[in-house]
Amino acid sequence: MNATSSPELKEIEPEVRKGIDECVDRWKDKEGNLIMILHEIQNQHGYVPREASLLLAEKTGVPMARIYEVITFYHYFRLVPQGKHNVTVCNGTACYLKGAGRLLNAFERKLKIKDGETSNDRLFHLETVRCIGCCGMSPALVIDKNTLGKMVPENIEKIVDDILKTEQTNEN
Amino acid sequence: MKTKSFEETLALLKKGAESKPGSPQRIRVGLDSGGIAAGAESLIDVLRSACDEAGLNIPVERTGSYGYAFIDPLVEVCADNKPATLYGQVDEQLAARIVKDHLQENRLLEDHIVASRSRATSCYGPPEAILVLDTSQEDGDKTRFFQSSIVDELRSRGWEGKVQVVRALDMGLYDKGMVMQLLPSRVTYTHVLSRDIARIVEDSIGNGKVVKDLLCEEPDRQVRIVLRNCGLIDPESIEDAIRAGAYEGLVRAVTDGNPDDVIATMKTSGLRGRGGAGFPTGLKWELTRKPQADVKYVICNADEGDPGAFMDRSILEGDPHAVLEGLIIAGYAVGANKGYFYIRAEYPLAVKRIELALTEAREKGLLGKNILGSGWDFDAEIRLGAGAFVCGEETALIASIEGKRGSPEPRPPYPSVEGLWKKPTCINNVETLAAVPWILAKGGEAYARYGTEKSNGTKVFAVTGKVRNPQLVEVPMGTTVQDIIFEICGGAQDEIPIKGVQTGGPSGGIIPERLLDTPVTYENLLELGSIMGSGGMLVMNESDCMVDVSAFYLQFCVDESCGKCAPCRIGGYQMLQLLTKIGKGRGRTEDLTQIHRICKSMQTASLCGLGQTAPNPVLSTLKYFEEEYKGYIEGGPAYSRKRKKGLEEGKNLKALA
Repeated sequence: MNATSSPELKEIEPEVRKGIDECVDRWKDKEGNLIMILHEIQNQHGYVPREASLLLAEKTGVPMARIYEVITFYHYFRLVPQGKHNVTVCNGTACYLKGAGRLLNAFERKLKIKDGETSNDRLFHLETVRCIGCCGMSPALVIDKNTLGKMVPENIEKIVDDILKTEQTNEN
Repeated sequence: MKTKSFEETLALLKKGAESKPGSPQRIRVGLDSGGIAAGAESLIDVLRSACDEAGLNIPVERTGSYGYAFIDPLVEVCADNKPATLYGQVDEQLAARIVKDHLQENRLLEDHIVASRSRATSCYGPPEAILVLDTSQEDGDKTRFFQSSIVDELRSRGWEGKVQVVRALDMGLYDKGMVMQLLPSRVTYTHVLSRDIARIVEDSIGNGKVVKDLLCEEPDRQVRIVLRNCGLIDPESIEDAIRAGAYEGLVRAVTDGNPDDVIATMKTSGLRGRGGAGFPTGLKWELTRKPQADVKYVICNADEGDPGAFMDRSILEGDPHAVLEGLIIAGYAVGANKGYFYIRAEYPLAVKRIELALTEAREKGLLGKNILGSGWDFDAEIRLGAGAFVCGEETALIASIEGKRGSPEPRPPYPSVEGLWKKPTCINNVETLAAVPWILAKGGEAYARYGTEKSNGTKVFAVTGKVRNPQLVEVPMGTTVQDIIFEICGGAQDEIPIKGVQTGGPSGGIIPERLLDTPVTYENLLELGSIMGSGGMLVMNESDCMVDVSAFYLQFCVDESCGKCAPCRIGGYQMLQLLTKIGKGRGRTEDLTQIHRICKSMQTASLCGLGQTAPNPVLSTLKYFEEEYKGYIEGGPAYSRKRKKGLEEGKNLKALA
């Protein structure tokens, strides 16, 4: 799965529509609300689905081009869903100096995906960010919202294996 | 309607906070992002259930970060009206032992105590404990040896049950030999030798006298103004904040004068923008106050995008009311009725705590209509950033709040004339705003007493990288980089010689080791080719390649360039190509001339600060470490491969050690 191709356009599901309706209603009287609405959509779905943007354009009257201009300008917004487990390697300066690159390499080798990609089975998504503000415990990484500090590449194998093990137990 | 006096209004505010009195006995856990990442959350449950089991009715509360990032998670124990004891690197097992040993059996725990930095010079009260730690970075168990020597000495006098001797985790003093601190007095001795033990025990324990020649009379180098409440109050309780003095500055501002007085106080204080550029805050407020307009705005810039800096996050998470109070005062001074917090979406905890602070302040009438009976209305709300470094630039930030892509606009008109939705707008950084309430409460002169002639007050630095104790530091302006790195943060990590210290992030430069005795002021750093920036201080050592580092920073600026103006968009990219080429050993001497030319055009022709300052890391490494660039150029690809491998191996060795 290539990280840049967007998924097929789907029919808007009723709950998606409802979620967007609510969110637009909440923000409609406030000026400059587009970014805040997009934040809410991404919080609900983990990314901003194209159908959601279309609906948003329809409801707010903001042209689709402007919505996409904003989404693609800001790093935080994504147009494709992430994996089930998301690995974020901090590449802020402190982490960079203390070997964030080697952590990233270890993940790339173990998960067989590159920075910014999602694995074929959509189990893992790997990305780097510029500073999560935990420089005191660099190098740091975030896995599924848990921040882990003072990592060395030797830790990576076990971290991934543990997740895989839990996945297998859940399947059985 | 006559407004109430300062005293009346303050008394009323404080009365509201007393309904929930703070307990003199309590346990506090540092729950900031750093602490949570180190596992602080689970400690709360462990501590609570251990207290319940022991039948102790002691509240377990949360607090922000005290700044000691290197020994997270932190637990502070306050019992029996004794000075608080701070424990670092606490795990669940230790948390349970804190309740059992410390609270139930009144025994301090070994190897985890962080000694107080406010050291006394005279003994008071009977000594109850002695902290001991070997601060020379030597191997071996000198601390243990000393501990047993002291215990032996005490035993020979029959005092061993009276005074506990405990190994500390950190003393806040480095390379000062054996250090001892007496508790509760906090009298501290440095460079203690075995032969001194007898007279210390005789004089200080027996007679309550100080051993003058060993006494550490060094005052605490840090001055906590911005961080005054961080790690000391519950950031999710407005009552706790008010008890600690929050909103006193606001009460003073609205009851004791008018907006012009507030601006005058700010001017006296000499506070300059702590976001990096150092524009005088009082002047900025005055410029925003002047224009006639029906609507004005104040904005708190909490989009801390500088990689390697976490001051703003710690302040927002540790003392959100200080920042909010600062914003309200700014609103009052410039005549705005609406404020915005522009916070990074990557800081969810900071967002949550500011949100809570806003709700609590509204309930207390500190936001909303007729604030504190002044007849003035003000409210504030949060807007989230979405990961664009350029949005730290004023005009780009405004565009982002307006819901657009964050492209900077040419200035003038400045935001103070035409800002958010074309209305006069005042934008201040988190740290600036957090200093404001203190200045209003204590007066501009009190603040101006700290610092140097042109750079007043204190500055918070996030010291990280190859340093022994990465942490937050707040020092008066004019403190040398040397003192910050060596005296406060313990010097180099793993004793690998420091090569330089980077300040100001991707917009700043590197101060080489030989210039570390430079006092930190806006002017001095500029002269060295760096900038104050938001306050990140990254320590780099001999294993860091300066060509790589400058490419790293430049890559950051290339990624973050908004693409609007050509010098930044094209210049940055082309320069990065050259740097990469040099790093691979394929560069030529002419490339360096070319790099200088690109730097010059980016500095002069870029639209906003991002492009204008992006060449700084490259220029300053070229200035101080040109031989490294030349090494790659002269050595060719073979040299490059060999050097990269050497640096990598150096890192690997350390990872194994």
